[in-house]
Amino acid sequence: MTTAAAWADAMLAIRLFAIAPCALGGIALRAAAGPVRERWLAELRTVLPATTRLRRMPPGIDDARLLGGLDLVATLACGRPRVERGLLAEADLGVVLVPMAERLPPGTAARLSLALDTGEVALERDGLARRFPARIGVIALDEGADGDERLAAGLADRLAFPLDLTALSLAGTEREPHDPRALAAAGDIFPRVVAGEGVITGLCEAALRLGIVAPRATLLALRVARALAALAGRETVAAADAAGAVRLVLAPRAGPAAPPATPPPAADTEPPPDQAEAGAGAETPPPPPPPPDDASPETTPDLDQLATSATAEQVLAAVEAALPAGLLARLRPADNGARRGPSAAGRAGTLHCARQRGRAIGVESGDPRAGRRLSLIETLRAAAPWQRLRAAAVGAPGGKRQRLFLTRDDFRVIRFHQPRQSTTIFAVDASGSAALHRLAEAKGAVECLLADCYVRRDQVALIAFRGREAEILLPPTGALARARRSLAACPGGGATPLAAGIDAARQLAEAERRRGRTPVLVLLTDGRANIGRGGATGRGVAEADALAAARALRAIRLAALLVDTAPRPQPLTERLAGEMGAAYLALPHVEPERLSAAARAVGAGAR
Amino acid sequence: MMAAHYPFTAIVGQEEMKRALLIVAIDPAVGGVLVFGDRGTGKSTAVRALAALLPPMRTMAGCRWGCDPAEPQAFCAECRGRGATRRGRGKLVAVPMVDLPLGATEDRVVGALDLERALAHGERAFEPGLLARAHRGFLYIDEVNLLDDHLVDLLLDVAASGENVVEREGISVRHPARFVLIGSGNPEEGELRPQLLDRFGLSVEVRTPETLAERVTVMRRHEAFTRDPGAFAAAWAAEEARLRDEIVAARARLGAIDVPETTLEHVARLCMRLGTDGLRGELTLLRAARALAALEGKMICDESHVAAVATPALRHRLRRNPLDETLATIKVERAVAALMAS
Repeated sequence: MTTAAAWADAMLAIRLFAIAPCALGGIALRAAAGPVRERWLAELRTVLPATTRLRRMPPGIDDARLLGGLDLVATLACGRPRVERGLLAEADLGVVLVPMAERLPPGTAARLSLALDTGEVALERDGLARRFPARIGVIALDEGADGDERLAAGLADRLAFPLDLTALSLAGTEREPHDPRALAAAGDIFPRVVAGEGVITGLCEAALRLGIVAPRATLLALRVARALAALAGRETVAAADAAGAVRLVLAPRAGPAAPPATPPPAADTEPPPDQAEAGAGAETPPPPPPPPDDASPETTPDLDQLATSATAEQVLAAVEAALPAGLLARLRPADNGARRGPSAAGRAGTLHCARQRGRAIGVESGDPRAGRRLSLIETLRAAAPWQRLRAAAVGAPGGKRQRLFLTRDDFRVIRFHQPRQSTTIFAVDASGSAALHRLAEAKGAVECLLADCYVRRDQVALIAFRGREAEILLPPTGALARARRSLAACPGGGATPLAAGIDAARQLAEAERRRGRTPVLVLLTDGRANIGRGGATGRGVAEADALAAARALRAIRLAALLVDTAPRPQPLTERLAGEMGAAYLALPHVEPERLSAAARAVGAGAR
Repeated sequence: MMAAHYPFTAIVGQEEMKRALLIVAIDPAVGGVLVFGDRGTGKSTAVRALAALLPPMRTMAGCRWGCDPAEPQAFCAECRGRGATRRGRGKLVAVPMVDLPLGATEDRVVGALDLERALAHGERAFEPGLLARAHRGFLYIDEVNLLDDHLVDLLLDVAASGENVVEREGISVRHPARFVLIGSGNPEEGELRPQLLDRFGLSVEVRTPETLAERVTVMRRHEAFTRDPGAFAAAWAAEEARLRDEIVAARARLGAIDVPETTLEHVARLCMRLGTDGLRGELTLLRAARALAALEGKMICDESHVAAVATPALRHRLRRNPLDETLATIKVERAVAALMAS
């Protein structure tokens, strides 16, 4: 897509979002902080009505600010509990701007998702139980530099527009004239816009063909199609609107394996538009539940509307025309789609760990001066029952009555719990020689170790090296079932870039350390290195580079286990293990139990 | 809050989940339900719809915990005190479906000192928490895998004992808290601790509908509902009423269902073959099968009922390879098939 076209779509997304922020969820904007994003945000502010609140959510926001809680100052001042609304409630009927959305902790993303789903915030905190309306739209600013960090999938799923401006330069991004009245008019029409059978079927079909599994995407596409119709001043969704919605909402989400194009089910037998409604019931019987005998809700007749509505065929034809050539046919390679989104998930606690304080798990009485954090609310709670008694004991000497009587026993400090979480990094040699030998066994061994990690609630990461380079198949995650899947899907073949594999493992281990985790490396290789750093060929170079990489690994003092997968233990591999300071195991003689015992020993040493 | 709920009967597909929810609605003793699966598959919708579907329940008038007049043996201390004099029929209230939102603090979950009264009047009073509100109903935790571990432990403990004991801030309270725990989540966002899995009675997996027809129906109904929730609910009212009657009838029938010796043997053999740990699996399987028989209007619980609920009742209890969810499902199905054939 050209810059101009991409920018036009980005502008269109803003206008559509402004029509119904709450119904469309929001925009996931992937772009580095820079002039292009600034211009886009400036446009957003211009287009959103002046009355719409735009609240910026600070990164690392805590629950008290996000959801609300006890307003301490007011509570102390007036002597009765006062509620402070959180950011989500304050942003009601407005827009929440989430910077650094790719680093949003899964918990925060889930809280935002819940607010998007229900349009309200349920507060059950600090002895308060309240519900506040929070009809919000979300602009998630995803600044992830590479494929590694992405917006949490659960939240991305609820935002209609995935926009990617990373490739855009400022040159092609003109500001567009903006007509507030047209937008207001579209906002009035939007609730009345009707989509016919054909549009719904067409959108579902398009989603299926694009390999989109998440049902929400299709629902959002339908709403965007309605918003497009509203923007054009129509009260019925036309084929062009549906095509636009597919382009904006569905195409960027295109997934991996589309099922073979369904033999045109509805399209062929589609009755003439004016009978579409009557025919629909028969053609798409709601499979399991029998529709209620009389007025099934989905057959509310709206014949006059449907007379002008598009058929599924028209929608699909428009979609084909609107999408870049071949997108429907040639879908992305399998792993690209599968890794979309979720790769950033499953990292519960990374941010908390970065604070080096762990998570608060409760309070205990104690002295807040010893460098521990005072829990004001719990302290007040502890002091509250005694106020009358203490006031009486002091005798309230005539003048001003002291508001609060606190004694040392009342102090409550927060207990933190920081589990020493470790990340096991599996670096698997998937080269041709290894595949020939025992890639399958190596995979089996990793599965054994995965089961151990599961019990310990460790995170795992998976690196495979083959051909010319090493690839992170799975960034550190707690979802071990995914680790197993990516492992099973990992193909074998090609040369052995052992040095690259070791280097990749070292970089990942260092990144994990920065996150406050303890990395442990399990390297599985047959040691037949034949590609050096930077792709140099030749066994001699490759082995020298591998040994150098091993020494670099030792320098960061990483606990490691090297599993030799060659049929006969190789002297080089053993030397490699020595150079990297790793424990060495030769797979041919290893039972799974011994393997996991060895991995455990290494892991225990790291802790 | 939205006035009208999406009707339970209007949920497309997801038969396993719907059936599991109905089973625990008929016999809460089956235990909680764990719903895991893809995003946007109507997990929360189904759970919230269930509460709206259930007939109202009777509670002792004036009881703050909502004791059941029909079960004097389970009365709270206050009801026991006045029990004889104020038996009566009690008053009708809706079955509670309590949401435990993420970010809830422990004091709101178990209950704590009433801050307002403490600050304003210097009284030490107990303010019941979510567990008290969920008594005789459901406690729903969306994204249960994101909930803090110590809260999950606490919930499971109370759910198992049926009683909430609060000892904090100089308050000592115990009150009945019998509820069905329903947890939902997406395994891609982190897994539940393996130790917790088998504390849930049933475990169901939900999947995205794959056929075009199903997807179109989902979309159509969803749109109709968003457009006019009231009219949509009204259109499904007859269907809802029919299912509600079935639940009421099934509950009445439950005690009278005959579980023949052969069924008991079948259950025991199935659990032995699968090597499930402990008796909990067998008991849950048996109860679930009985509830299913009641739902289907049968008076005898036979092997077919056991087979129908074996997967949700057992799939999370196989400890052999905790990584392999699909394998667990297949294992159970195979064992069932083998037993049925023999």
